[in-house]
Amino acid sequence: MTNGSAAQPFIQIKDLYKVFGKKSTSVMPMVKEGLSKDDILAKTGHTVGLKAIDLDIDKGEIFVIMGLSGSGKSTLIRHFNRLIEPTEGQILVEGIDVMKLNIKELEQFRRNKMAMVFQRFGLMPHKNVLENVAYGLSVQGVDKPTRNAKATKWLETVGLAGYEAQYPLQLSGGQQQRVGLARALCTDAEILLMDEAFSALDPLIRSEMQEQLIELQKDLHKTIIFITHDLDEALRIGDRIAILKDGNLVQVGKPVDILLNPADDYVEAFVKDVNRPRALTVETVMKPPAYRLTADTIGDALKQMKRIPDNYAYYVNDDGFQGVVCQDALEDAVKLDKETSMDDFELEDLPPISPDALLEGIIPATMASDFPIPVVDAEGDLQGQVSREHLAEVLSDFYNEETDETESEKVAAVTENNESKSQPSKKQPKQDSEDTHAKS
Amino acid sequence: MADFSWFSKFPKLDRSTLLEIRKYLDSAFLDFSREYGDSIEAFFDPLLDFLIWFEKLLVQSPWWAVLLCITGLVYAVSRSWKLSLSVVVSFLLIGYLGMWEDTMRTLSIITVCTILAIVLGVPIGILMARSNRTQSIVTPVLDIMQTMPAFVYLIPVVMLLGIGKVPGVIAVVIYAIPPVIRLTNLGIRLVDKEVLEAATAYGANPMQRLLGVQLPLASPTIMAGINQTIMMALGMVVIASMIGVNGLGQPVLKSITNQYFTLGLFNGLAIVALAIIFDRVSQSYAKRSMKHIQGENHD
Repeated sequence: MTNGSAAQPFIQIKDLYKVFGKKSTSVMPMVKEGLSKDDILAKTGHTVGLKAIDLDIDKGEIFVIMGLSGSGKSTLIRHFNRLIEPTEGQILVEGIDVMKLNIKELEQFRRNKMAMVFQRFGLMPHKNVLENVAYGLSVQGVDKPTRNAKATKWLETVGLAGYEAQYPLQLSGGQQQRVGLARALCTDAEILLMDEAFSALDPLIRSEMQEQLIELQKDLHKTIIFITHDLDEALRIGDRIAILKDGNLVQVGKPVDILLNPADDYVEAFVKDVNRPRALTVETVMKPPAYRLTADTIGDALKQMKRIPDNYAYYVNDDGFQGVVCQDALEDAVKLDKETSMDDFELEDLPPISPDALLEGIIPATMASDFPIPVVDAEGDLQGQVSREHLAEVLSDFYNEETDETESEKVAAVTENNESKSQPSKKQPKQDSEDTHAKS
Repeated sequence: MADFSWFSKFPKLDRSTLLEIRKYLDSAFLDFSREYGDSIEAFFDPLLDFLIWFEKLLVQSPWWAVLLCITGLVYAVSRSWKLSLSVVVSFLLIGYLGMWEDTMRTLSIITVCTILAIVLGVPIGILMARSNRTQSIVTPVLDIMQTMPAFVYLIPVVMLLGIGKVPGVIAVVIYAIPPVIRLTNLGIRLVDKEVLEAATAYGANPMQRLLGVQLPLASPTIMAGINQTIMMALGMVVIASMIGVNGLGQPVLKSITNQYFTLGLFNGLAIVALAIIFDRVSQSYAKRSMKHIQGENHD
């Protein structure tokens, strides 16, 4: 059993189809023939929700399913706990076929395996915050003191200690969703289904909640299936992202793959609007480091330096990266004493950056520095460098593409507006003035 | 030569045929009531016993004890001193004008009818909310119950059970039950889908969903239905008195036949007072139970 589950992915969706309508199975042949959604709707009155979905989700990852409204993402997430029954296909969770569970087993499965967070929170307005958080446990029949103690603990974790006796509608949207999150965590289910959990929140609260989720995940290592229509959000929290369009899976991959190698025009259109500096990490854009100095004395270092075309280099010794050395400073130092050890040489003041850092955070430092900024990992090893020119290139390459279009669109829109508005409004004053002329 | 008389005169059944049909149906029902009347009456015996016991309780207990109980109940439900005080004043006035016993009788029958309507109506409403088919069957039945003149269904009830308290209660319940059923159905159907989905997602079984989510969230609507039911039951009091239900209805009936204006007015006002008390109390309870569901202002 354990061997089997280790070999196969934690959650597996195989060849899943969902057709909405009265005689959904009769429509299946048409769907499989590859008729389009619109054709099937016109011919049979059935709506194709999902088509041939295959997904493998690993234990402990945040798997984001992304798509616009109508892409079937909310339908898909409701298949994991069978809130919606598929027309065809298999859903395996740890090798258990969810489709084969009977009602009692399904209830047990929902109680223990999965917890869900909803877009509009789905809190019970007639229960107070504590009772809401403890809801999952009360359904399981856990006694009151135990479940209240646990709920109190989770409320504290999400930062809502002291709100126990409040009612959901007395809280703000962000607080309500924290309650929703606490309720989901309170059952200790391994799998968290989050259906556009942060979409109803305003941007500031949303990014706060994303932050909190990422923080929590560091300790909890849950398997999280997260639905969103916001690619920025997907890139920020997702370990892997699946993109859904009209019920079809378009691309599945790591955020960087999706950002840098979009599978088709649809994905590309999405990616274009992404705030790259906030989505890309240094690692994905850095270049291999130019030159390293390994000499022990200043004299040897200068010799090494003279052999390279640039007038700077990174000094690396057995302990890893030490700092940036520039040629002028070396030459000055050599005049005094060329046998001085490199350890005593005053290196340029240029703090390195981490490969995991977001581009957003390194823009000021990179722009202000005369030298490319070294990228150094947690072990202290030099991994690469990011130069001012290179960073500008990465960002502008993308901005050029985007601004060209959006600006031309804007211009078009503005002129259109002007035309539509100005024409009648220009005419009227004229007529007015004519009228007044005539009267006078 | 064809007969064109149907053109000017409405084609109708023969007088004799019509009479046959009426005779046949009447005698069939009469046979039915002769056959099963006793057993049906026996079936309702426990209800009759309860009715008599409850009426005795209200009429024979000392007036101040009854008044104390009622006021206590009103306060417990409404948490309003003002309302409780007006209840005391109106009951004192009713008693002072010599209508205490009749009022107690009416109160007892209305209470029993309301309880019966809730006990029968809420489950029917729940069943209706569960399936569209049940709804499509029950809705026209409710329409008939509400629009059929009350006198018409008094007839078979009296034929079956004779004159007395039980037929009165049955007539009142039939007349007054539709709002509870309708609004229970509506209330459950209006429960926020996402909340219900959340309950399902956490593994709640149908009973847990019903008791933990659907009924509590539908309760304001159900309360409105119960309120309506009480009002309609009170409205039936006078008609029910025609088939032997004691209470405030009988003096009203008496004053219609004898043209006693003041007697009718006083008893009518007593009914109104009861109605207002029932209405305000049930509404304030609904308001209290709605407080969290509909949200309060953020401060």
